[in-house]
Amino acid sequence: MKIRGVPVTDSTFESIRSQALDRVQELYDGTKPVIMVGTATCGRAAGALEVLRAIRDELAKDHLDARVFEVGCIGHCYAEPFVIISKPGHPAMAYGYVTPEIAKRLVKDYVIGEDISLEFSLGALEENDLIPSIYDLPRFAYEKHIILENCGHIDPEDIDHYIAKGGYEALAKALKMQPQQILEEIKQSGLRGRGGAGYPTWQKWEICGNSRSRPKYVICNADEGDPGAFMDRAILESDPHSVIEGMVIAAYAVGARHGYIYVRAEYPLAVHRAKIALRQARRLGLLGRSILGSDFNFDIKLFQGSGAFVCGEETALIASLEGKQGLPQHRPPFPAVSGLNGKPTLIDNVKTLAYVPRIIKNGASSFSSTGTKESKGTAVFALAGKVVNTGLTEVPMGTTLRQIIFDVGGGIPNGKRFKAVQIGGPSGGCLPESALDLPIDFDSLREVGAMMGSGGMVVLDEDDCMVEVARYFLEFTQRESCGKCTMCRLGTKQMLEILDDITKGRGRMEDIDTLYEMAEDIKAGSLCGLGRTAPNPVLTTLRYFRDEYDAHIKERRCPALMCHDLIAYYILPEKCERSCDACVGTCTVEAISSNKKGIKVIDQEKCVKCNTCREACPPQYNAVIRLSPPELVLAAKGKK
Amino acid sequence: MTEEQEAIRRETRRVLKRFGKQRENLVPILQQVQAQLGYIPSEAMVEVAQSLKIPEMDVYSVVTFYNQFRLNPPGKHSIRVCLGTACHMKGGYIVLDAWKRRLAIDRGETTPDREFDLDTVACVGCCTMAPVTVVDDEPEGKTSPTRVDGILLSYQLEKDKEGKGAK
Repeated sequence: MKIRGVPVTDSTFESIRSQALDRVQELYDGTKPVIMVGTATCGRAAGALEVLRAIRDELAKDHLDARVFEVGCIGHCYAEPFVIISKPGHPAMAYGYVTPEIAKRLVKDYVIGEDISLEFSLGALEENDLIPSIYDLPRFAYEKHIILENCGHIDPEDIDHYIAKGGYEALAKALKMQPQQILEEIKQSGLRGRGGAGYPTWQKWEICGNSRSRPKYVICNADEGDPGAFMDRAILESDPHSVIEGMVIAAYAVGARHGYIYVRAEYPLAVHRAKIALRQARRLGLLGRSILGSDFNFDIKLFQGSGAFVCGEETALIASLEGKQGLPQHRPPFPAVSGLNGKPTLIDNVKTLAYVPRIIKNGASSFSSTGTKESKGTAVFALAGKVVNTGLTEVPMGTTLRQIIFDVGGGIPNGKRFKAVQIGGPSGGCLPESALDLPIDFDSLREVGAMMGSGGMVVLDEDDCMVEVARYFLEFTQRESCGKCTMCRLGTKQMLEILDDITKGRGRMEDIDTLYEMAEDIKAGSLCGLGRTAPNPVLTTLRYFRDEYDAHIKERRCPALMCHDLIAYYILPEKCERSCDACVGTCTVEAISSNKKGIKVIDQEKCVKCNTCREACPPQYNAVIRLSPPELVLAAKGKK
Repeated sequence: MTEEQEAIRRETRRVLKRFGKQRENLVPILQQVQAQLGYIPSEAMVEVAQSLKIPEMDVYSVVTFYNQFRLNPPGKHSIRVCLGTACHMKGGYIVLDAWKRRLAIDRGETTPDREFDLDTVACVGCCTMAPVTVVDDEPEGKTSPTRVDGILLSYQLEKDKEGKGAK
């Protein structure tokens, strides 16, 4: 085969690396405190920017010279805003739930003073003799960080931080290898696509690499549209260079000259940070013409998606890049053969590409030694919903759901009972308690009716209605269906109407059979993954939670007390404290009043079921309850 | 042509100058037009179609296909209620109801005084802060019906202050 690329002179990369190391070591030279604030989107939603401002103001007030910079998401989103303080002579300390007030105190007491402020601390970030380390938490026994390694520890807007952590070493190494050797390394690692389907990465690369057609393209699919998933966003916001490095290596392996990062426009910060990263990589000659002094040229453009879920599907994504409606195409031909502008195109997910530099740098076995037989390496999950430690986690493939939800996630908050876990977004399914001990990988999940998807994991507890969950996902896929295939366009609408009826107490028993029938038809009659997997949430809830469907249909009752039309709010007269006005004051529609005895009564006509009164009622009284079916309110009043 | 239409065309032409004439620039062009004008008026679509030498119909079909593009002018402040899975399960639909009630408009609409427009978004990726409302591009975590009132009140206070300042 043709040899491409003159061997890189080691000195090109060496000089880049030594400059980066010098700069970063200067940061930690032990003379000044270093303060890092996590300002990924999740941190910002919790007020991280105000915290950052408070820290800067406080430091300025005392004319204290400290180094303050922003980092990405460390994965502990439940404890946002998250601040790390490294003070010379002390271990780096992590602080969670920081408010601007706490931030000011931390500056005064710890940065200026000597009080380490343990009350706000989550632990030390390195082993030491004095303070318990955060890594002693049980969750770290299950976690293994490969692609989240740098997230939250480096400044994503400064390429030197990434290089100082060993970044772009893999690229320098790859450029000295033959493309065939790189392919072999990826093959040996057993890496499978992290976008959801789990297709072997090397096969895609080989097909694309073997094509003689020119030019070739490499696309990074960051159109993370699954509601409930945020892994790709976090990686692009926290460690964008790892994705760029992966793309350059992939491009070298398949012989591509042009690349695109396709990001959702709903992720403005990810777009912003990726743009900065591209600019910096270009400046150092890690991207663009004659990369690292070799004769290999490759550049990346950033393209913002416009809010269409179906564009996560690769052929639809390509159509959207070409300036058309994002309609999926029939496969084959696969994009690796004929993709963007009819040319060979390699499309990989953000996470898949982020694994590439690690595999090249540390060797295939470093990756394949983790995981199960058919699914190697780690899986990144976004834990959300009714779980204590919401956030990101990276665990070896084969970890059980129970370990992820209870040991890493800390279980269900407020003493509630676990009901189900929704995996894989609208294409996935809801798994019940009996599936908790399932070791998860690509194949085991498919067997139980769910799928890995991109890694969104939403935990549901006893307050969540499974019929409503199925309805919610179907509403989503129905709205996002591009309309090309009849079964997907009209079938999902039909199913949605049936589920709507059931959640409103208008269901009939024969509807269940219709749902099964339609689900099969939609799966068979749809071109792309969106339609083929759309019935999954309905099918899995029917399979594992059939009793809830029955209660909705036969008794017009929502067992989880969630479906609006099947519940009513009621204040228990015997529990109402009378002199307390919490519910009256907070009611958003003034539907609550006191009767002659001072007992609060809800006007059912006015009530919009917003749950505010139930939250406002002090826990020692707990007088506000929900009843289902709503007629029970009349019965309760009659009893009184 | 009215003055407003003329201004729209001028602004669109200014955006078009920054791009090549290839069809693949269509989506980025439309994104820039919307960034400038707040929405994509029909005059802008005509201008874009002429520039890229494609049928107006093609531009319209792309504009209506993607959720991001709006056909009517936005309000001064934008309210986006996240309806991702986590937000939905933590009461996003209740929050949406609260916004609808307070602003007296439905999703996709703008208040008559053009102060607020209300819409939903599939997921903004900060599921851990659910339920989330994105107010003027700033994600607001753990919104509740009472928080909705609080946010509206803060805008009202700001407006009152501005009004006084003007006097």
